[in-house]
Amino acid sequence: MSSPVEVRMIVNGTPRAGRCEPRKLLIDFLREELGLTGTHAGCEHGVCGACTILVDGVAARSCLMFAVQADGATLTTVEGLADGDELHPLQQAFHRHHALQCGFCTPGMLIAALDFLATNPEPSEAEIRDALSAVLCRCTGYQNIVKAVADAAEKMRAAGGAS
Amino acid sequence: MNDTAFVSTGQVGRSLPRVEARAKVTGTAEYIHNFRLPGMLIGKICRSTVPHGRIRHIDTSAAAAIPGVYAIVTGEDIRKIIPDPYYGPAFHDQPILALDKVRFVGEPVAVALAADPHIAENAARAITVEYDELPAVYDEVEAVTATAYVHDVLKPAGTFADLKHLVGRRQTNVALDFHLRRGDVEAEFAAADHVFAHEFRTQQVMHTPLEPFVSVAEAANGAVTIHTASQNPSFVRVEIARLLGLKENRVRVRTAFLGGGFGGKLYIKLEALVTALTLIAQRPVKVSLTMEEQFFTITRHPCTFRIKSAVTKDGRVTARKCEVYYNGGAYADIGPRVAQKSGFAAAGPYDIANVHIDSFETYTNRPPAGALRGFGTPQLVWAYESHTDLIARALSLDPVEFRRRNLLRDGRPQATGTVMRDAPLAAVLERAAAAIGWGQPFDRGSGPVKRGRGIAIGFKASISPTASVAIVNLSGDGSCTLYCGTVDMGQGSTTAMAQIAADCLGIEAETVRVIAADTDVTPYDMGTLGSRSTYHMGLAIQRAAADAKAKLAALAAELGVPEGTNLPIAELFRRKYGAQAGNIIGTGSFMPSHKSPDPQTGQTDDATPYWMSAATGCEVEVDTETGRFRILRLVNVADCGTAINPRIVETQLTGATVMQLGFTVYEGMEFTDGQLRNPSFAEYKIPGIRDMPARLEGEIVTSRQGGGPFGAKGVGESGTYAVSPAIANAIHDAVGVRISALPITAEKVYRALREAAGNPLPED
Repeated sequence: MSSPVEVRMIVNGTPRAGRCEPRKLLIDFLREELGLTGTHAGCEHGVCGACTILVDGVAARSCLMFAVQADGATLTTVEGLADGDELHPLQQAFHRHHALQCGFCTPGMLIAALDFLATNPEPSEAEIRDALSAVLCRCTGYQNIVKAVADAAEKMRAAGGAS
Repeated sequence: MNDTAFVSTGQVGRSLPRVEARAKVTGTAEYIHNFRLPGMLIGKICRSTVPHGRIRHIDTSAAAAIPGVYAIVTGEDIRKIIPDPYYGPAFHDQPILALDKVRFVGEPVAVALAADPHIAENAARAITVEYDELPAVYDEVEAVTATAYVHDVLKPAGTFADLKHLVGRRQTNVALDFHLRRGDVEAEFAAADHVFAHEFRTQQVMHTPLEPFVSVAEAANGAVTIHTASQNPSFVRVEIARLLGLKENRVRVRTAFLGGGFGGKLYIKLEALVTALTLIAQRPVKVSLTMEEQFFTITRHPCTFRIKSAVTKDGRVTARKCEVYYNGGAYADIGPRVAQKSGFAAAGPYDIANVHIDSFETYTNRPPAGALRGFGTPQLVWAYESHTDLIARALSLDPVEFRRRNLLRDGRPQATGTVMRDAPLAAVLERAAAAIGWGQPFDRGSGPVKRGRGIAIGFKASISPTASVAIVNLSGDGSCTLYCGTVDMGQGSTTAMAQIAADCLGIEAETVRVIAADTDVTPYDMGTLGSRSTYHMGLAIQRAAADAKAKLAALAAELGVPEGTNLPIAELFRRKYGAQAGNIIGTGSFMPSHKSPDPQTGQTDDATPYWMSAATGCEVEVDTETGRFRILRLVNVADCGTAINPRIVETQLTGATVMQLGFTVYEGMEFTDGQLRNPSFAEYKIPGIRDMPARLEGEIVTSRQGGGPFGAKGVGESGTYAVSPAIANAIHDAVGVRISALPITAEKVYRALREAAGNPLPED
């Protein structure tokens, strides 16, 4: 066992710091040290995508990174999506379209969709399916998720690309 | 009281968004996955490496010496505090940790406790166990005659009258045999125009909820609290109280939202283990399984089904003989009930005068099997609808017309003798046929790529009899709190139950607060399983609301308020108490009537309170040069009575369809000598978003379930019933080959094509 090291990062716009062992996974650091339990650990080996977060603006699996690898990085988790009480258009769309059942994959789906719409604001259905293929859902059959992302994309475009 | 006397006030039937959706999209929804307690230890499990063996020695010294390890716990340590540490819903056959013997690879043998999960994990790996290996049995048919016995003696739970005859049976791997006899099948086979016999098999699969099994326990002052991702906290409470010799009121079991369940998180999974560990460690203990470990916890039964039918030349099925072998793995879990309660419907939704069913629950040296979205039914439908299709094709009858001719109609007795009521099987079949365009010309493909269509229909009885109790609480300001033990594992019960309560009370569903299952406050509920909650808990809520309304009326009368004044509830309380104060508590319970089947013949005129049905239509494209196939359309039609929330019902339906699609074409636990080769998402593939059929549709047949709350019934499992045979039937239609064992893979199709062409591929 190595001695703990200091880790600093900006999470959802707020500077955060903590001490952890070098082997501590980023997801465990977020959940246990920072109390951000909205990001869920599903398979813990990089397949299910439930733990997806943004690391310096790019979607990443927080179960496949050590916390120390995110030292100095800027992170976005599901807790950072809403603007106060105002839900992000993706959150509103998932809510409205019944794009969730158990909700365990939802944070990962939302972040994967956020990452995707940032690079492709006007996606086709096939492109949405392609982009979300990195996140598994065992409940919904995905249909409402696709509808929600398409609807959110439209709303975000109408709002002038603001997210 | 007449449950159907309620006139809807419009809350039932609304497709309102889920009441918990905001919490789920903001990451604030509570899951036991997130739950921690001060001073909590983490338990990591050391598991058996052999499929069947006597434990010779467990060496914990190296593990215990690792800095930071709190304790290493074995089955013998547990036996010191719980003298008979065996649990199970039907049989008390499963030890909390292995005792004397192990019965499958992956069985929990010892636990390492540490505050740091990494240290606990390292310690669990440092435990060494020596075994004397025993002969093992893996196949459900071989298990019946094998001389390797998984258990020395059968140990059915003493509380069930219908299991008493099994007590003390030795030298058998048959945990339970169910028999149904109606008419004389042998005479009919002898006289029939045609007799068809086939065998079908299904593979072992796992629920893989994305939130793996997780439980936390704490103990103090002679009482235990268990925080657990469980589908039936009431059962957990009763069973833990039994194991510890406590009264129920000393055991508290609470849940939160579940990250999926699908029948996996039923009965006892980790709850007995964390309870024993916290009693030994005198610290709170959490055990969270990994995705890999889930595969060693509970699965869906593999099944072999031998089916034989007598058919007249004009296409009437006059006799059917069913031999069903369920592979229950090393521990019974709810398997005996699967063999019984699904077994009696093994002949399918058809009007057949002579039926003979033998349904066996067998022990083998595999991970245990229990309930998985259908309680054994998808395995049955796979067989009888593949068989039905083969008969139709052999007799050159249209497969839909053949089914239509034999379908069980309302008012006719099912094989048990129970008369079928409110099961719109014909409507479900016709809607599925119409949706897939049955009978319409379609592009049959060209060159090596061929297209075909298939259809299948299945049905299931509600497991009976089971009880639900509900409490409706009206507070001083008139707001409503609903205490109900139904667990929301994603199916949307929180929303549906709020809608039922609100409709009865004439208030907005969004204003009802639903309290998640917590046995300290929510009353008894048998469990969230078998598509029972909408009907059973729905009726209990309806009765609780009626009770509250009666008490409100009595209060109004007491206060001299004339009937029909419609004074706000808050005003009634204010007049009574002189302030915003007080409560009105309405209670209600429901348990359907039921008559146990005759032990020899399986006959009963009251097998179930309701039947559920679904039909699937499929169009598939098969590449004859590779065996690869693509599902172009998958249409699933289910009967749900009245849809409490139509949008949620549709999501349930397509979600179940996709889950069963996975069990049909992707998923399968693969074993070599009892060793599971693919226990991870990297090697066990569940359907992803790109695996969806080009067109996936779900349709509801709205009907009215007599006796159900607002005419509703359950629908959580229905989408699974008929998917697998519909796909196999479509492949047969496209390229003329039959796959009889799940999963259906390109390799199997290609092998079958080569075989049919008289040029079989050599076996590997």
